[in-house]
Amino acid sequence: MFENIPTTVWIILAGAVATYATRIGGHLVLSRFQHIPRRVSAALDAVPAAVLTTLFAPAIVSQGWAEAITLGIAAVVALRFNLAITLVVGAVAIVGLRSVFG
Amino acid sequence: MISSIPADVRQGMRDSLTVLVGAAPFGFLFGALAVENGMTVFEAVLMSATLFAGASQMVGIDLFGTKIAPWLIVFSIFAVNFRHILYSATIGSRFAGYSTLQKAIAFFLLTDPQFANAESRYESGKSVSFRWYMAMAVPVYVLWVIEGALGALFGNLIEDPHALGIDFLLPIYFLGLVMGFRKRRNWLPVVLASGVASTIAFYLVGSPWHVSIGAIVGVVFAALIAGSDEEPSPQKNEIDLVSNV
Repeated sequence: MFENIPTTVWIILAGAVATYATRIGGHLVLSRFQHIPRRVSAALDAVPAAVLTTLFAPAIVSQGWAEAITLGIAAVVALRFNLAITLVVGAVAIVGLRSVFG
Repeated sequence: MISSIPADVRQGMRDSLTVLVGAAPFGFLFGALAVENGMTVFEAVLMSATLFAGASQMVGIDLFGTKIAPWLIVFSIFAVNFRHILYSATIGSRFAGYSTLQKAIAFFLLTDPQFANAESRYESGKSVSFRWYMAMAVPVYVLWVIEGALGALFGNLIEDPHALGIDFLLPIYFLGLVMGFRKRRNWLPVVLASGVASTIAFYLVGSPWHVSIGAIVGVVFAALIAGSDEEPSPQKNEIDLVSNV
């Protein structure tokens, strides 16, 4: 019955269960603790930035000048503007710079 | 007609409007990038409908394109969504008068803006009623799924993603998300630690292991430099809210 379901679908469903676990888990587990040690809360706090950084950091040095400069521009734009504007400026930059650097 | 709608429902629908506008481009973008990364339209829609968590969906499709092990993709999705645990621990106590089923549904729809609005509603002395909660969350959810579907259908039409720079939108998106966390304590040291470690691992160990290695180095580094409970610290533990779904 399940053998025709592609791996991708299984990964999505497992990802959905994992996501729901984060949404209900804090209520079920974390709220029972009166006190969370500072090192633990600092580690929890750092998780999203630590994970997401790994998804663009190697591209700064591994791809080329166009990609590296685009990420630099995007970082500066993100200091002032929201994510949507950062993305639009980044998209324009990568298209323009790729045509410059070939 | 309008006046027959309860005030908390009207307020919930009003609260959903800014989120609808802010999330829409990312809903489309997710669908389009999902099919660029080899997903079917059905899979893209399934992912939007069952995860309902933009950043982690982007992480998922970014890693689907690689030869990374399935459990690592699931773990990465879990890690990016980890912040919900902090929201969940707080917001559970605001769900007064909810039935168990209503709580289960409310937690499924718990996004960054939903948490932010619920907290500000609670702090202004208003009840975080189930009616208000759903009036805000349901439009956001329904449109998120529709945008994913439209983006996926549109993405199928793009023939040369490299020329349009579409293959590089995900790194820019992730960079933008990370910049959004910059007011958190020790943000720069953590980002530098993860960035340097993941880049070294990318060359020495190879993709996809640089993701896990870089993330672990960043998190451990954050714990090391936080100081123990005994040491006094002026820094407060603040949850920073980004406006992504």
